[in-house]
Amino acid sequence: MTARSLLRCLLMLWLCGTWHVAQAHKPSDSYLALDVQGAQVTGQWDIALRDLDFAIGLDQDGDGKLTWDEIRARHAAIAAYALDHLALATAHGPCTVQAGEQLIDHHTDGAYSVLRFAATCPAAVTTLDIGYRLFADVDPQHKGLLRLTHDGNTSTAIFDPQHARQTLAVAAPDRWRQFATYVKEGVWHIWIGYDHILFLLSLLLPAVLLAPPANNLRGAFLDVLKVVTAFTLAHSLTLTLASLSLIALPSRVVESAIAASVVLAAVNNLYPLFRGRRPVAAFVFGLIHGFGFASVLGDLGLPQGALVASLLVFNLGVELGQLCIVAVFLPLAYLLRYTRFYRALLVGGSALIALLALVWLVERAFDVQLLRA
Amino acid sequence: MKNNWFLLVLLCATAHAAPYLPSNGRQVIETLPRRGDPVQQELRRLRAQLNAQPNDVALATTLAQRYIALGRSETDPRYLGYAQAALAPWWPQAAPPPAVRLLRATLLQSTHQFPAALADLQGVLAVEPNNAQAWLTLATVQTVQGDYANATASCARLSSLSTELITVTCIAQVGALTGRAQASENLLALTLERSGATAPELRVWVLTSLAEMAQRRDAATVAEARFQQALALSPNDSYLLGAYADFLLEQKRPSRVAALLADQTRIDALLLRRALALQQQGHTTALAADVAELAARFDAAMLRGDTVHQREQARFELLRRNPASALTLARKNWAVQKEPADIRLYLEAALQAGERDAAQPVVNWMATHKLEDATATRLIRQLEQRT
Repeated sequence: MTARSLLRCLLMLWLCGTWHVAQAHKPSDSYLALDVQGAQVTGQWDIALRDLDFAIGLDQDGDGKLTWDEIRARHAAIAAYALDHLALATAHGPCTVQAGEQLIDHHTDGAYSVLRFAATCPAAVTTLDIGYRLFADVDPQHKGLLRLTHDGNTSTAIFDPQHARQTLAVAAPDRWRQFATYVKEGVWHIWIGYDHILFLLSLLLPAVLLAPPANNLRGAFLDVLKVVTAFTLAHSLTLTLASLSLIALPSRVVESAIAASVVLAAVNNLYPLFRGRRPVAAFVFGLIHGFGFASVLGDLGLPQGALVASLLVFNLGVELGQLCIVAVFLPLAYLLRYTRFYRALLVGGSALIALLALVWLVERAFDVQLLRA
Repeated sequence: MKNNWFLLVLLCATAHAAPYLPSNGRQVIETLPRRGDPVQQELRRLRAQLNAQPNDVALATTLAQRYIALGRSETDPRYLGYAQAALAPWWPQAAPPPAVRLLRATLLQSTHQFPAALADLQGVLAVEPNNAQAWLTLATVQTVQGDYANATASCARLSSLSTELITVTCIAQVGALTGRAQASENLLALTLERSGATAPELRVWVLTSLAEMAQRRDAATVAEARFQQALALSPNDSYLLGAYADFLLEQKRPSRVAALLADQTRIDALLLRRALALQQQGHTTALAADVAELAARFDAAMLRGDTVHQREQARFELLRRNPASALTLARKNWAVQKEPADIRLYLEAALQAGERDAAQPVVNWMATHKLEDATATRLIRQLEQRT
């Protein structure tokens, strides 16, 4: 849930809960929230006062006006009645439930008693067996709406007399699947991030045309290795810093700088700017590209429990994607290096890349659209 | 176990920000039905009796009937749950005693479980073919579902079992939807006139039907007079209030709607009409409050898995200018019920969503059954002009 929808949701509650006098006519529901931590379960159970009055009687003077004193006087009876109709158990046996304080809250159809409780189970909870029979005898259309949380994972269930017993798995979040997602996103991002690919290719194009004694496959390989390693180190560094919120840069600045880096890397093939220091250029501009990766990761949302691990895994994905590009580029470039085609590619391709990146730069810096996607 | 994001969001929407401890012991936290109220006293007495003899069919059906009547007059579904509780010993049976089974059908119908309700009604009639109430309820369910041929047959069975007025109302309601609108309306009006003294609730039912028939042929003055007559007899009938409010909204008389429904906001369907009136009047602040309240109520209903209010919810989405969701809901609603209100809703949603083709099933339905409805015809014309 995004912050904005949460805000809207709260605003709506505020509007209807506090200011609106009219209460809805609706079928009876209770709202049961359980949070599991190890062998402990903490619960909050919102039960309509009207339903409690119908089942066990709360309105002592019968005037139809239920006061806080009248409710308070029946707190022990409410807790006993409610908890008598709820059974929590694990595979190792039943959990013992201890009633806590009772508060008041409001839902669309009126005021509810909020019963807090704590349960101790015989062992750490992996599956929770819930037996729900509240009001089953006085109102079979009543439903219990459960929200079960565990380590940031939430599941829901609806209880009614036909579904009075349900077993919910309290699984740990599936870290492997989460990691796989981050790897995939990393690979995907480098693949669809044309600016990253073009930057890297622009820097790699001259790698197969080095002066002796590096004019062989080993020389080309070492050169590529240096450039790629420098780029990787740099973007990993800033990706980490930005993801941990240690540094923040406005995205417009980052995106414009990335476009500028592509322009420079491409122009370098037409007019030497970096000379022999392409690995240094890869490092310096790699720092900027790292911020770009971080914004993607930010959009994915990082699990708080595994922040660093997810970061590393996303980065791994980026490197894998990069490696694939290099693995295709290097042998092809090496084979074609003395052909006229390759020379044309070096000059014409670089010019095209520079021009395209220049357009990006203008678009991003001035927030205008020159090219249609 | 459902790992359902949607439900989760809804749970968040209904879970309030903060439970609190009231500061003062004399603070009134909730208003309940008064214990001294004669209706409540009688119900409590019957309930105590039934608790002592839970297997007494006569007692159980009497209590259930009372609760159903109260649930209807108050439009409060909790009473339907209490009625079901009274029938608990027989509820899970395949073939409960006919008196219980008829009430079970009524309760199933009220939550739109039409196939199960139909099965129960046919079960009752297999044992008691002269049960007039069962034939009437059956005809009603069949009419709502658009099974007009069988509805007419069910109405016909009433002729030897019930009064002329009830039989004619039953038949005229079907006839008015199957190409005989004017004749059915005339017949019903004449029968009511000739019937002399009739029970007020029956009179209200007939007058409401007649008013809606007049409204469907754009006879606003006649409709208005009939609605007024019915309201004079039963000013708090929620179905009648809803029907009259719809008529007023159609006539662009929103201020009358707001006054009419000022004390009826507990009922979702009527709060919705008030919101529609506020929208017509352009009262944005008051409208926003009603929209927020309605949204919370529909969310709460969806959270428990209820689909009973799909018709109202679709209208609500139209009000919120979400024609795509409105059309989806209208389509689902159309699969369950096929009353003129459902037709108008579907067409309106299709029109606002700009989906001419989506309306085809309803357009065909109207043509097949020669269903006459002035508003629906206007909507179809608008839909055709769009394309």
